Amino acid sequence: MADPNLHRPMALHDTSDPPVILPGHDFETVTEAVAEIPLSKRFPLGWIGIFGVALFGAGMLNVALGYLVLKGIGIWGNQIPVGWAFDIINFVWWIGIGHAGTLISAILLLFKQQWRMSISRFAEAMTIFAVVCAAIFPIFHTGRPWLAAYWLFPYPNTMGLWPQFKSPLIWDVFAVSTYATVSIVFWYIGMIPDLATLRDRAASKAKAVIYGMLSMGWRGSARHWHRYEVATLILAGLSTPLVLSVHTVVSFDFAVSLIPGWHATIFPPYFVAGAIYAGFAMVLNLAIPVRRFYGMESLITMRHIDNMAKIMLATGLLVSYGYLCEAFFAWYSGSPHERFMMWNRMFGPYGWSYWTLVAINAVMIQLLWFKRIRTNTVALFVISLFVGVGMWLERFVIIVTSLNRDFVPSSWGMYYPTRWDFMTFFGTIGLFLTLFLLFLRFVPMISIFEVKTLLPQGKVKAEH
Amino acid sequence: MAYRGYAPETTALHGVMAEFDTGQALVDAARATMATGFTRVEAYSPVPIEELNDIIHRTRTVLPKLVLAGGLTGMATGFSLQYWASVIEYPMNVGGRPFASWTAFIVPSYELTILFSALTAAIGMIVLNGLPRPYHPVFNVERFSMASSDKFFLVIESTDPKFGDAATFLRGTSAKGVYDVAE
Repeated sequence: MADPNLHRPMALHDTSDPPVILPGHDFETVTEAVAEIPLSKRFPLGWIGIFGVALFGAGMLNVALGYLVLKGIGIWGNQIPVGWAFDIINFVWWIGIGHAGTLISAILLLFKQQWRMSISRFAEAMTIFAVVCAAIFPIFHTGRPWLAAYWLFPYPNTMGLWPQFKSPLIWDVFAVSTYATVSIVFWYIGMIPDLATLRDRAASKAKAVIYGMLSMGWRGSARHWHRYEVATLILAGLSTPLVLSVHTVVSFDFAVSLIPGWHATIFPPYFVAGAIYAGFAMVLNLAIPVRRFYGMESLITMRHIDNMAKIMLATGLLVSYGYLCEAFFAWYSGSPHERFMMWNRMFGPYGWSYWTLVAINAVMIQLLWFKRIRTNTVALFVISLFVGVGMWLERFVIIVTSLNRDFVPSSWGMYYPTRWDFMTFFGTIGLFLTLFLLFLRFVPMISIFEVKTLLPQGKVKAEH
Repeated sequence: MAYRGYAPETTALHGVMAEFDTGQALVDAARATMATGFTRVEAYSPVPIEELNDIIHRTRTVLPKLVLAGGLTGMATGFSLQYWASVIEYPMNVGGRPFASWTAFIVPSYELTILFSALTAAIGMIVLNGLPRPYHPVFNVERFSMASSDKFFLVIESTDPKFGDAATFLRGTSAKGVYDVAE
């Protein structure tokens, strides 16, 4: 029954790669390791502690948004000439983070990368929660979010108004809402067989009924699985162009305008690379503590950590190439406004932010060339935190330094965020962690059935 | 012990069920079952085994065609919505650009193509599979709760013309156990 090749010493050419899952697992141990967490009655003390902190952050978000609705968006620091600031910086930052989840669950599935299976579920959860946090900013930037419906969505309203379809902002509404919907559908469909596993293992009637309803009565018949596999493959095929289109459309918000520093053709690929880069940093920031605290080191192995660090390095280099291109084209354009924008970005009042982001995204990331760094989880965790900061600064640089000194010097002005800006931003981090901790506690965080397909028990020899 | 729900007292049979330890044993048994001439057969496994559908059902799902239709509908919906709103219902002159700026309509049309296709794929899979269906006779078998963790099952249904031989036949395979499935 056992595949004699499963645990044999690896061939010479792949000695450097640890296995996708460590030896010693069979169907039962994988099910047990993952399913016992949502089914247990216990709330670990560490979980409660972090959840309390996260909930405090989410509460702060409530206060910040409540006061915003009461007073209006004047409580934020945005003011002409910098009419877009924290709201769009944080929107782009969160949306970008989401991209890694879809890359793992869709693009790596099409490429048959088996190592994606252990991390896809919680990377997808990360995507959904990041999109939720992102959506808060543009919706509340409208000032009256309850009216935002007819500004954003085309529906027949009593005023006979329709959105302006020639604007990238309305494209963004379509891209982001489609992305959110498809991500949730893909995540839920991927979870149905595992929810059936929880239903079958639940000790109490209440849990069996809840997970039973959520799993829709999944039986795992040959017919079920056939349609399921076809549907999953199609969803992966659809999500791949979708995820590339989302950050492309987000970059159109800038690139379609005429502002120096925004009006650049490099933006779509540069934004997509940056999104995946920041997203993998966030996956590492979540995966490293989760595998430690939940004892998942045998399912989320050093192979996963190492591979994610390599993707981070590759996309980080692409982003650095984007910085070079921006600077080169500003000079090569011959336009004095473009040249001044770049000079102002590097040596103007916000020059510190430009050089910090170069130090992180172009210089520090070179550390990931070294295997000793890539396999040191503490170092990787710290580097990933810095990458999150670096990518936030990148959006700050693009948005604020392009707007604060435009064509006419008499209209120049500085931007300073207020405490409400910071409370809203850190509040969304609290909301994100709250949702993520609830996910860890009540849903199987690793795709049980997908990991099982790596084991010999379910493998079938081809008929000769 | 897992909660199995309410099982009505009845003598009617849905079929007989055989339990296997590995996917290979299930596939071998399914091949033998089909070769013997049984026609109303279904296999259950904790992981997808593509061979089982080829052996037992021998047809492929229509889902991809439905998704294509869904995607085309989405594209047509997206484009005609924008054309109607921007040209017929609410024309707005922006810098002298034509009302029917079809290049600007590409992005929402593209997104709606993906949205409609994805929803068709997901809902289509659920509906074609007959879900949601909380009750099914196979759940009446106590051992079947292992079908979602590490055991493999084969069922010959009572509607099969050769059902009389089913239990005897399944005992002759490498099954670890053979059970009656109450209706």
